[in-house]
Amino acid sequence: MIEIKNLHVSIGERKILDGLNLTVKDGEVAAIMGPNGTGKSTLSYVISGREGYDVTEGEVLLDGENILGLEPHERAAKGVFLAFQYPVEIPGVATMTFLKAAVNAQRRSRGEEELQTPDFMKMVREASTKLGINMDMLKRALNVGFSGGEKKRMDILQMSLLQPKFGILDETDSGLDIDALRIVSEGVNALRSPDRGFLVITHYQRLLDYIKPDTVHVMAKGKIQKTGGPELALELEKSGYRDYVGEAA
Amino acid sequence: MAARQETVARVEEIDVDAYKYGFTTDIESEKAPKGLSEDIVRFISAKKNEPEWLTEWRLEAYRRWLTMEEPKWARVDYPPIDYQDLYYYSAPKSTPGPKSLDEVDPELLRTYEKLGIPLREQEALAGVEQRKVAVDAVFDSVSVATTFREELSKAGVIFCPISEAVREHPELVRKYLGSVVPVTDNFYATLNSAVFSDGSFVYIPPGVRCPMELSTYFRINEKNTGQFERTLIIADADSYVSYLEGCTAPKRDENQLHAAVVELVALDDAEIKYSTVQNWYPGDSEGKGGIYNFVTKRGDCRGKNSHISWTQVETGSAVTWKYPSCILRGDNSQGEFYSIAVSNGYQQVDSGTKMIHLGKNTKSRIISKGISAGNSQNTYRGQVSAHRKAEGARNFTNCDSLLIGDKCGAHTVPYLESKNASAVFEHEATTSKISEDQLFYCMQRGLSEEEATALIVNGFVRDVLQKLPMEFAVEAQKLIAVSLEGSVG
Amino acid sequence: MTVQAIDKKSEAETALAGAFEAMKGKGASALRQASWEFFARKGLPTRRVEAWHYTDLRASLRSVAPLGAPGAITLPPATDGRLRLVVADGAFRPELSDVAALPAGVELSSLADVLAKDDAAVLAALGLPENAGADAVVALNAALMQDGVVLRVAPATEVAKTIEILLLSTGGEARSSFTRSLVLVGDGAKARIVETSLALTPSGAQENHVLAFSIGAGAEVEHIADIGPQSESAIRLFSLLVTAQAKAVFKSLGFIEGGGLVRRQIFARLAGEEASVALDGVSLLGGKHHADTTLVVEHAAANCKSRERFRSVLDGQSTGVFQGKVVVRPGAQKTDGSMQSRALLLSENATMNNKPELEIFADDVVCGHGATCGRLDADQLFYLVARGLPKHEAEALLIEGFAGEIIEAIGEEAARDVYFERIRSWLANRGDGK
Repeated sequence: MIEIKNLHVSIGERKILDGLNLTVKDGEVAAIMGPNGTGKSTLSYVISGREGYDVTEGEVLLDGENILGLEPHERAAKGVFLAFQYPVEIPGVATMTFLKAAVNAQRRSRGEEELQTPDFMKMVREASTKLGINMDMLKRALNVGFSGGEKKRMDILQMSLLQPKFGILDETDSGLDIDALRIVSEGVNALRSPDRGFLVITHYQRLLDYIKPDTVHVMAKGKIQKTGGPELALELEKSGYRDYVGEAA
Repeated sequence: MAARQETVARVEEIDVDAYKYGFTTDIESEKAPKGLSEDIVRFISAKKNEPEWLTEWRLEAYRRWLTMEEPKWARVDYPPIDYQDLYYYSAPKSTPGPKSLDEVDPELLRTYEKLGIPLREQEALAGVEQRKVAVDAVFDSVSVATTFREELSKAGVIFCPISEAVREHPELVRKYLGSVVPVTDNFYATLNSAVFSDGSFVYIPPGVRCPMELSTYFRINEKNTGQFERTLIIADADSYVSYLEGCTAPKRDENQLHAAVVELVALDDAEIKYSTVQNWYPGDSEGKGGIYNFVTKRGDCRGKNSHISWTQVETGSAVTWKYPSCILRGDNSQGEFYSIAVSNGYQQVDSGTKMIHLGKNTKSRIISKGISAGNSQNTYRGQVSAHRKAEGARNFTNCDSLLIGDKCGAHTVPYLESKNASAVFEHEATTSKISEDQLFYCMQRGLSEEEATALIVNGFVRDVLQKLPMEFAVEAQKLIAVSLEGSVG
Repeated sequence: MTVQAIDKKSEAETALAGAFEAMKGKGASALRQASWEFFARKGLPTRRVEAWHYTDLRASLRSVAPLGAPGAITLPPATDGRLRLVVADGAFRPELSDVAALPAGVELSSLADVLAKDDAAVLAALGLPENAGADAVVALNAALMQDGVVLRVAPATEVAKTIEILLLSTGGEARSSFTRSLVLVGDGAKARIVETSLALTPSGAQENHVLAFSIGAGAEVEHIADIGPQSESAIRLFSLLVTAQAKAVFKSLGFIEGGGLVRRQIFARLAGEEASVALDGVSLLGGKHHADTTLVVEHAAANCKSRERFRSVLDGQSTGVFQGKVVVRPGAQKTDGSMQSRALLLSENATMNNKPELEIFADDVVCGHGATCGRLDADQLFYLVARGLPKHEAEALLIEGFAGEIIEAIGEEAARDVYFERIRSWLANRGDGK
């Protein structure tokens, strides 16, 4: 379970999150919707520990433990996974090499034994097949020259290999066509389980047709403005965010 | 083969900030008196039973050297070297030229085993599918063992210490020695010509593809001893050879001088691939001690369609001054230079290449990756030139530098000189640090900062690592990681 | 300070020593003396000096032409919309200049007047910037400077008209001149300065000009160095010294059409945060002309940006040289530097030497450079010829495009047209250069 309590975050002088409260239970898929520039991506970066954000107040608890003091890789090992809005290209680093390094680093950090190559390959092959990822792609440098859809699929593949406690999907739908969106969503849905929570950040209702949320939160002006069920997303699709930003959107 | 695998295993055991090759071998040695004079030059020549022409050749170089000055243009800084305070000849006492491995001092064999270079020919142990590597081991001033000689000689390949080649194959040595790096070339090369002690000699006859990798392993052991090896490789028409070179030295507080000369000659349609993993002792974390590595390496693509490729991984030495070059004389000849230079601590590297296009349709390619960390200075210096008659010459140069930390420097100094309108040169260079985005991405996936840095650095140098024979590539990758230990955070 | 004599003085060096004796009394004596001593120690640069790797001034300057003296001049027609300041044969000529038309906020003096008064502020600004301090030609200029203009642009002044400093060489026989001009641009001011070197004489002049800019915080300056055609005996040295304070913007274009030895050197120092420089250049060379552009951009403060784009078109037996060095000092984090030099060799006997350098002492930087050299692209040429253009027209079109990319960036519209026209006329006369 992730609990965010009274989170205040600024970048330099600019206040981005202003006392945000949010709880996502294990097994729950929560969607956060909101207009551009309300701090949705900031929230995902603060949870995962990116530098450059000043947390002036509040806490982020993962299963009761405040993770704000931890390094990003320590949070990852504890089960925080961020699917990036724009997955980064890393020239020269073969995807397979990277996957193995990440999986084993997390296992080491948790005191588990590292996977040997044959077991690891088997695991990757199974996961890749499910996501329609060609094994040849894994020999290429990470994300370099991948299409938007391929990059997103690669992130979902990593999620399925790393089996996180809590997954954040940051605008996963951006830059995806319908087919890619469907494949990515199926990948996510396959990972839904009673002991894993998700936070789906999106601007549009469209993604939520594929990944059905249990709860929908409307975020604006640095905090959650309204919480409801899936019907809230449909409502927003019609009326827009006007009511929440206090001016014509 | 097993030797290589053991090397790899050996390197894998290397842990943080320890130069594991820093041990000394306790072995009795025979030295020439300290200092340099005509007598010392004669002494070295006599020790090796050299013919008179070579003694004269050395003396001429020595006299010339007396009139020369150390080059000052490189971006390296070190206290003046007292050339009279060095030993120019040191040989393990028990080896007046062993005939077989059984005669080699077991202490020496243990030394090379410790370094991961067993000199026993382990055909029996090595699986059938394993590749063989013939090794010439040079300990201070002399070659102590050369393996697989019989098998090579069946193919007509000559692979032996150069001192032996002088005696056994004088016509080849006389014809080619100094023909690529003239005696008068530069201060260090001239010094080497006067006092060179040992090194490897390779001759591949026409039409022969050398049946195994050849390798020389250099080890400086003695205190205050300069190492001046000389390597000469001749690939006759339509032949091929791949040659590997490795170097280590004990940890010592004082600096040690290494001034080698390597000459490569490729005749018509021949190809030479020369790879180096240079891991001389770099000095301690305060910059004390370490090897001064002043090396002249040059290949002459003398024949048409000839091809010379230099690959180097430079992680060691306190000061490196080294520009493996290609003279593209034959029409359609090709030269390549692939380099990874890692500097940390107080290391200073000034390295690069020269590609001299003389023939028609000659091609060259330069990929250089510099990584500076700690308080080090890392300079790429390279020259590409096309002469009037180098119709259709092509060069592509890519030169990237990565900085880790704000106390080091990364510098790029290319000279691009074209006197031919049909020559096409392209040069690109970048300098940057590891991107925060890349680091964060890796850390988000669970890697520590150090692991993430190592991973990204490996990606950065990958293009060059791929040019190394596979076993060497693994070794080089580990070495790079070790060299950068402690540079993060 | 003791002066160490260099091994053996060349004839030209001896003549320069004589010229220095004659200039000694003309103000700024301490600066002149120190500069002379520095020059005397170094001598005229040869290729052994790394910054002069491809240009041997000592060998080229065999004898020194006598210093020029003011005489009667017929001025070439002025470019529309520009205010002109005439410096002929090393002397500022107010009577020929648009002095009265200078707008409010722009103050003008002659360098000779300022030096005679030993104005401390000006002398300080004349002192060598750190990064140009080792250059013998700049030092020689400081020792022998005859005259020039000193322009002060008051803070927040926007000078609408372009101010042109016209550097003339006249007379029947070759003369040498040493001019130094200084432009002090106040905070937030904007100005456009053109430096035009023109010979009204067929005999090759020997010129050594220094133009120094001190650019205040947030000020914007656009500069053009117009180095028009000259004979193969001309020796022409142009040094541009720039110091840019925080958020200052400096743009400069060098347009070079020849001379036996042309050396344009730029020493630009980004002294305040978020300053930026954009240095461009076009060289069109034929015959036995030799043009060397050497620049050092020094990032001394964080968050600065530098861009350099140089294009050389080389015909006949000409030689082009580009040496560009970007230096990032410790602490100059977030430096963004990019440099590009491209050369087109049109003839079999032309030569191009490129030396782009990076010298970096800060880690959080993005710096890069590129250099290419080759002939016209065969595919492009074929495409144009296949569409019906005669070969020479197709070539001209491609060359114009190659050089024109740089010209496009000029802010002053009239100047863009002028330089496009100059490129076309150079192309039309190309046959003569061989």
